[in-house]
Amino acid sequence: MEKQSIDQLKGICNQVRRDALRMVHAVQSGHPGAALGCTEFVVALYFQEMEHNKDFNIDGPGEDLFFMSNGHVSALWYSVLARSGYFNVAELATFRKINSRLQGHPATEEHLPGIRIASGSLGQGLSVGIGAAQSKKINKDDKLVHVMMGDGEQQEGQVWEAAMYAAHHKIDNLIATIDYNGQQIDGPTAKIMDLMNLKAKYEAFGWEVVETKAGNDMEAVLKGLQTAKGLTGKGKPVLNLLYTEMGYGVDFMVGTHKWHGIAPDDAQLENALGQLEETLGDY
Amino acid sequence: MEKTLDLKYTFTEKKDTRSGFGDGLLEAGRKNPNVVGLCADLIGSLKMGAFQKEFPERFFQVGIAEANMMGIAAGMTIGGKIPFTGTFANFSTGRVYDQIRQSIAYSDKNVKICASHAGLTLGEDGATHQILEDLGMMKMLPNMTVINPCDYNQTKAATLAIAEYVGPVYLRFGRPSWPIFTPANQKFEIGKAWKMIEGTDVTIFATGHLVWEAVVAEAMLREEGISAEVINIHTIKPLDVEAILASVSKTGCCVSAEEHQYNGGLGDSIAQTLSRNQPAPQEFVGVDDSFGESGTPTQLLEKYGLNAENIVKAAKRAIKRK
Repeated sequence: MEKQSIDQLKGICNQVRRDALRMVHAVQSGHPGAALGCTEFVVALYFQEMEHNKDFNIDGPGEDLFFMSNGHVSALWYSVLARSGYFNVAELATFRKINSRLQGHPATEEHLPGIRIASGSLGQGLSVGIGAAQSKKINKDDKLVHVMMGDGEQQEGQVWEAAMYAAHHKIDNLIATIDYNGQQIDGPTAKIMDLMNLKAKYEAFGWEVVETKAGNDMEAVLKGLQTAKGLTGKGKPVLNLLYTEMGYGVDFMVGTHKWHGIAPDDAQLENALGQLEETLGDY
Repeated sequence: MEKTLDLKYTFTEKKDTRSGFGDGLLEAGRKNPNVVGLCADLIGSLKMGAFQKEFPERFFQVGIAEANMMGIAAGMTIGGKIPFTGTFANFSTGRVYDQIRQSIAYSDKNVKICASHAGLTLGEDGATHQILEDLGMMKMLPNMTVINPCDYNQTKAATLAIAEYVGPVYLRFGRPSWPIFTPANQKFEIGKAWKMIEGTDVTIFATGHLVWEAVVAEAMLREEGISAEVINIHTIKPLDVEAILASVSKTGCCVSAEEHQYNGGLGDSIAQTLSRNQPAPQEFVGVDDSFGESGTPTQLLEKYGLNAENIVKAAKRAIKRK
């Protein structure tokens, strides 16, 4: 993958946001809020940061791997995969429809290139990423494993089992990123089940923690990833606490949990698309 | 009683099936460098110590965190590892059902879920640990192969076989010292039922520890002039439908025997097979919708009706219904 300029990356973000909103709108189901919120991060990974091969090999030897534990952000991931060349962008039109490879939540059963394991039931992806990272260590493969989780997902107990394990077993070829938007389906995380001090929690579990305070600013996202990468290989797992705004990029969706799992209607879609420049051509 | 019977299979030694797993795992590890072991703080109970000692770089202590263990095992398959997870059957299934469902079964990952201390024969620890629902839970999952071998030798052979098979597997075994009545170094064919004794009046389909009870029951029935066929169903899924139908079309009735609830077990699978193809009287030897309790394995099998005497009674009932 050729490296992109910041402006190019921002342009890709616009297109990916358009894709995700159109996909969710077309079937009137899905999760637009978080998809818009972590667009910069996933675009940065696939178009700049990771070494990966669009000729998909599920084992990914010699590649950086990405696992999306918060599988409800699937529309974003599918768009990024298609725009990276894993499959034809026209297939985005099949999202969540019958007989599609683009399932509501990511799955391997339909063999969609780019997906290595199913996700959607929360709390499982960090464990999976750790396993893949250990597999890389055994195989003497020096590439990295990225795992993205939601912040509400931190309420799942398995996450903390995995966090404890990763530090104990010195899984230092892994960067876990939390999409820290402060929202979950029923409301703000602070009201539903307060996460308190996530940074201190992960540090207490033996992790290195990087804070990316401007998670919707491409330069800050890239810098945060570089800092996180610099901390790998030193005997500790690395957490990237990515402060984002749910619904970023569309003025009436930003900063609220209300668009977590609701699709825009026709007028809302038109309004939203008017705020997002079409840069690569709609599917 | 056993000594006076003319048994078609005999034994000189007893051993726990979990040791068959431990020895099989060690051998599988020697054969294939991709075999890795994971255990949730039960290395001794699962007999995984020898593997850990010989392959420390391929063994991972997970601590008391079974959900995480299933996820890590699923992840390790990405990169070509063949993970064998080890914990009690209860913590290998019900406790981690969603992890298995999403990360292993639905994702079709090459994970071997190895589960000890299954069923009543766990004994004194009581009902919290005596899972009697695991076969049902696991057989319901698409992509999952479910295996329940009968003795040390068969468990060892099964362990070696699943290492070579590609796909998710649930391997169930147990704690008690149990007769070793099948041959050492046997070939284990996944999904292929083993007709151990030929008969004409009734078929006994047995799995796990109850295969031995079925062998004893056959001798008891023979003394009364009843000819029973004994079929060892070590693979619950995929079920050897052909072998089941062939046997029942000859005998005309059957008994299913398992250390599991009636609901969801081997008996259910056989009943479904018969009702779809050739309905025939079937009697069930299993646990009748209850939890277990503390006691010795022998006491528990007797109290819950899971021994040779009860198989004999069930066989006679089945024959009467023909």
